[in-house]
Amino acid sequence: MEFRTTLLEDNIAAISGEGRLNMVSAAALREAVGEVITQDRIRVVVDLSGIEFMDSSGLGALIGCLKTARQAGGDLRIAAPSKQVTMVLQLSNLDRVLKSYDSAEVAYRD
Amino acid sequence: MTRLFVLRVVVLLTVVLGINYVTWRWFFSLNWDAWWIAIPLVAAETYSLIDVTLFGLTMWRARTRPLPPPPSEDATVDVFITTYNEPIDLVMATAIAAKNITFPHTTWILDDGARDEMRLAAENASLGYITRGDEWLDRPRHAKAGNINNALMATSGEYLLILDADQIPRPSILDNTLGYFTDDKVALVQTPQVFSNVATGDPLGSQAPLFYGPIQQGKDGWNAAFFCGSNAILRRDALMQLGIVGYVRELDRSIVTALRSATRVVQKSRSHPAAKNPAVAEALDAVSEAIDTAKDQIKKNAPFAEITYDLHRRVDEATMSIVAVDIASLDEDLREIRALAEGGVGMSPDEYLVDVQTSLTALATRELSPLNALEAVQAALRSIAIDRPDEAQPVMPLATISVTEDMATSMRLHGLGWKSVYHHELLADGLAPEDAGTMLTQRLRWAQGTMQVFLRENPLLQKKMAVPQRLMYFATMWSYLSGYAAVVYFAAPVIFLVLGILPVSSEVFDFFIRFIPFFLINQLLFLIAAKGAPTWRGQQYSLALFPVWINACTTAFHNVVLGTPLGFAVTPKTRQNTGPQWNLIKIQLVVMGLLVLAVIIGVIRLFVNGAEPIGTGVNIAWAIYDLFVLSVLFRATTFAGFDPKET
Repeated sequence: MEFRTTLLEDNIAAISGEGRLNMVSAAALREAVGEVITQDRIRVVVDLSGIEFMDSSGLGALIGCLKTARQAGGDLRIAAPSKQVTMVLQLSNLDRVLKSYDSAEVAYRD
Repeated sequence: MTRLFVLRVVVLLTVVLGINYVTWRWFFSLNWDAWWIAIPLVAAETYSLIDVTLFGLTMWRARTRPLPPPPSEDATVDVFITTYNEPIDLVMATAIAAKNITFPHTTWILDDGARDEMRLAAENASLGYITRGDEWLDRPRHAKAGNINNALMATSGEYLLILDADQIPRPSILDNTLGYFTDDKVALVQTPQVFSNVATGDPLGSQAPLFYGPIQQGKDGWNAAFFCGSNAILRRDALMQLGIVGYVRELDRSIVTALRSATRVVQKSRSHPAAKNPAVAEALDAVSEAIDTAKDQIKKNAPFAEITYDLHRRVDEATMSIVAVDIASLDEDLREIRALAEGGVGMSPDEYLVDVQTSLTALATRELSPLNALEAVQAALRSIAIDRPDEAQPVMPLATISVTEDMATSMRLHGLGWKSVYHHELLADGLAPEDAGTMLTQRLRWAQGTMQVFLRENPLLQKKMAVPQRLMYFATMWSYLSGYAAVVYFAAPVIFLVLGILPVSSEVFDFFIRFIPFFLINQLLFLIAAKGAPTWRGQQYSLALFPVWINACTTAFHNVVLGTPLGFAVTPKTRQNTGPQWNLIKIQLVVMGLLVLAVIIGVIRLFVNGAEPIGTGVNIAWAIYDLFVLSVLFRATTFAGFDPKET
């Protein structure tokens, strides 16, 4: 799976992809996030609207990316999860950590 | 079916006769005049009754599983070979065998020793090679669990076969086990650990035919087969889930504690001399308010990422405002200095610069610096982080609470509702330690690890597991308390024969009518349960290594309760040194000496002094049995290593 990076206003990087975020594609997500952060775009939002399935490795990648972003002084947020992804977030209790925003555009509007 | 029926009848009889005997011992036969030995003896007997009851429960549903369905063809597998300091040749023998496993897979050597020769050997055989990254520097390494957790982040197979460097896999190991995972709830398949370099009679008690057989099959019957660290296949998704649930739990715990201590630190800072500065007081108010908001948000179950992000932003703003004040006052100081300078002799630009620097240093160190007041507060707040800065990886799939990460991990998997399987087929040939010293180190480590889990995550309190599952974990932990009982079983006959003090006060007949049936049925239970596997060696070691078990219990207690390090030892895979190692069994040698002395005195009393024959006879027999049990250590310490020609 490939992840695309789009630049939103205020230098916010939105990363999105289509398909399954699992043990196979988790590394690609970590790479994509790592890259935008080295380019000094430390406010990242992962747009999950195209992710139809996520497993525990996908969740693990999100946590890893959150760590990278926070250590750079920025943040990582998630937006628009599908029903399955929302369920996985709840089952793993990760919804206690990450807030899901309605869309990538509103993720940093606070 | 009939065998299981007979087994269950024997289990019931054992428990009933055991309760009959031990109850009578407690209430009708204690020699209160010698309470100091009477109470320990009856306590030891009670311990043994509970032990055999738990064993009976384990055997109750012992099952041999039917063969699993064929594996799904597109399953992806990573084979992990964990090593730290084992010889390169030994690791490579295992790695090449792993490469030759027939089911498609990727083989990785997880070299925690980060040795160049190992990397080269792996590359030459085109095998994967993984070592720890920089993120592990100056952070807890968590031994083997850390090694595997590190590799989990670098690989992506659906299933993981974990192998110790000395467990040589057979080609069919994956074909014969992966099929169990067609059941979506199965997280673990454990296969036996059997050693191929064991001399006739197994002098070091390396084989565990009762454990890798009836006991694991029994635990499997209750969906509680353990993960034993090697020769096991795990589902990655289950492990990752474990890591994520653990991460959230750890975060919850650490944020709540850190907020509490931050509140205290803010209170303390208010009495700091610098807090008299109104700007500082204002900043402290802002921080305090931010902390309260965070606490409030936690109560409302707001996501931690949001809470910590807002908190840190507000604290940063407060800090910035003080920095501004600080710079303003610095400017003021400099103006004064300049005014003084202008009033006196003229200054060159260089001199002026030196002067500014001196003033800056003075400012940074002066007690009254407003920044000083906030420093402690900031330090307290830094620990409120979402990325677990104290750990190399925020997500730790394999449990790190114990040196035996395997047992702790499978317990947590069972707690999350996953299933485990024990597959009773020899699919890897292991190499056991070949000298008593190494064997003892290994046993100590297992026992310590088990007791750490017991003290940190008592299985009896794990509400998410079914009661029998909890008891299966508890049974193994309970068995490691045997060291204390062994001391009593060795002491009692010595005390009677040497001092003439009998802990039991009863008629001989009353004693035997209760004891003999329990004793015999107990032996019968082990005979049937073992299905012909040799168990005597194991029984000997469980008593003879009593100093090891006691040492493990005390060190684990000190570690968990007082935080004293265990002194973790990696089991050496090659023979350490030659010659008998008597120093390893000093305590047992003393005990043997006392037992021999007791037998001699007993015989003299019996034949010369005409002592009461039955009591003395029983105790002489008991002491001789004890000596027989301990005699295993002579063969162990003089064992010169495995000679393949011998078998």
